[in-house]
Amino acid sequence: MKRVIVTVVGKDAVGIIARLCAYMAEHNINILDITQTIVSGFFNMMMIVDMAQATAPFDVIATELETCGRELGVIVKCQREEIFDSMHRL
Amino acid sequence: MINIAEAIETNQMIEEENLDVRTITMGISLLDCITPDLGRLNAVIYDKICTKARDLVATGEAIAREYGIPVINKRVSVTPIALIGGSACKASEEFATVAGTLDRAARAVGVNFIGGYSALVTKAMTAADELLIRSIPQALSETELVCSSVNLGSTRVGIDMDAVRLMGETIAATARATADRDSVGCAKLVVFCNAPDDNPFMAGAFHGVTEGDCVINVGVSGPGVVKHALEGMRGASFEELCETIKKTSFKVTRGGQLVAREASQRLGVPFGVVDLSLAPTPAIGDSVADILCEIGVERPGAPGTTAALALLNDQVKKGGIMASSYVGGLSGAFIPVSEDQGMIDAVEAGALTIEKLEAMTCVCSVGLDMIAIPGDTPVSSISGIIADEMAIGMINQKTTAVRLIPVIGKGVGETVEFGGLLGRAPIMAVNGFSCEDFVSRTGRIPAPIHSFKN
Repeated sequence: MKRVIVTVVGKDAVGIIARLCAYMAEHNINILDITQTIVSGFFNMMMIVDMAQATAPFDVIATELETCGRELGVIVKCQREEIFDSMHRL
Repeated sequence: MINIAEAIETNQMIEEENLDVRTITMGISLLDCITPDLGRLNAVIYDKICTKARDLVATGEAIAREYGIPVINKRVSVTPIALIGGSACKASEEFATVAGTLDRAARAVGVNFIGGYSALVTKAMTAADELLIRSIPQALSETELVCSSVNLGSTRVGIDMDAVRLMGETIAATARATADRDSVGCAKLVVFCNAPDDNPFMAGAFHGVTEGDCVINVGVSGPGVVKHALEGMRGASFEELCETIKKTSFKVTRGGQLVAREASQRLGVPFGVVDLSLAPTPAIGDSVADILCEIGVERPGAPGTTAALALLNDQVKKGGIMASSYVGGLSGAFIPVSEDQGMIDAVEAGALTIEKLEAMTCVCSVGLDMIAIPGDTPVSSISGIIADEMAIGMINQKTTAVRLIPVIGKGVGETVEFGGLLGRAPIMAVNGFSCEDFVSRTGRIPAPIHSFKN
């Protein structure tokens, strides 16, 4: 299990989740959880995904998802889960 | 499982509040490089640094990408060169060749500073210590990435005033040697009392002789994060204020701890310590001064500033200690002037003087840091300021330091621009009364009494 947190911030639009989910499926990345909320008028989404069986290295996926985000007008960021765990869990 | 609010909070800290890992510093022992042949000494030092630190920069960048947290600086610290070069260097010019080697090695591995052009004087100088100190002006004027530090005293044994006097002269000489660059050499030169062996922050980083062969130390930062957290606490009680600082410091330190562990594992080098200092940068929103204002003083320097800083420093330590079992280095709040826009503003507004900064150093980590003074300040006054700061460290059993920059050709009211992380400094007034007769005395200040504390 190689858990990665994908966060999406930006203006809400049709097809953001669809596009990202399609990318995940194409690269054999398993989505474990999706949450979304609106903060200060901005669309915020977090996906917890498992990249253990992914067909491309982390760097490539992170860069391609950022590009996807730019095309959709949102900021997409991929980070390994440990950074959040270390800061928010005792 | 992590929830979305936690993910948003972390990313807001990174993107809007300047949370970062300030430095991954690899400490490298050069004790096994000692040889009486100068040419060979330089060759083996270069090879050892280049071998050990080969993957340091790439590893730091990879970790930053994967965790989405910036790792600003990748640096190297080495065993104090006075110990390493003592056998081979019989003149200060020969010591300066080792500084050249450190500079070339730092460039080769891609780090932005290398620390350890240092001498650990406590009770008295060896011949090698003195030669190294005398070579500092040349070494710092001929290199770009080398940082130099000299320990001058300790709580255990007192202060070597001969070395204090010599360092006053050395700081002045370094200022003159780099006068064409606004005396920037002095920004890379710091003197200490009770210098820590495992400090990852420059200019004072060196790899202590009690350390292992190679170690990874990490310095975290995050003044902006603390400031932001306190914005929601205006009017709150001291208890609530302290809780907020501790929680924030905990989160920041845990981020640093993760990066330190990861870097250590990937590089195959033992993890040493996390230094949980609040280190400001000239960037807006990355200021310790702003935290003091948020706690409740109009400007740093106002009455109450020392108490506010004491409170801040202590809560940062308490939160950080909980987050990592191996906390070390300097660990506290830094209060440099040129590297903190809020401090610069306070000096320019007339709120903050060297004397108040000196009082503040009694309760925070380090000391009089990145303070520009007039280029014509008497050498004895520089030595006097150093002696004062060393005495604070010695008596209070803490690390203190002095990094003064006498800017040749400039006086009070003018400003000096160092650029980058070193920032911009208004020239501050130095008390004009003389201490010549005091610093001219030879010998050392005896070790303080360790009982009858008052």
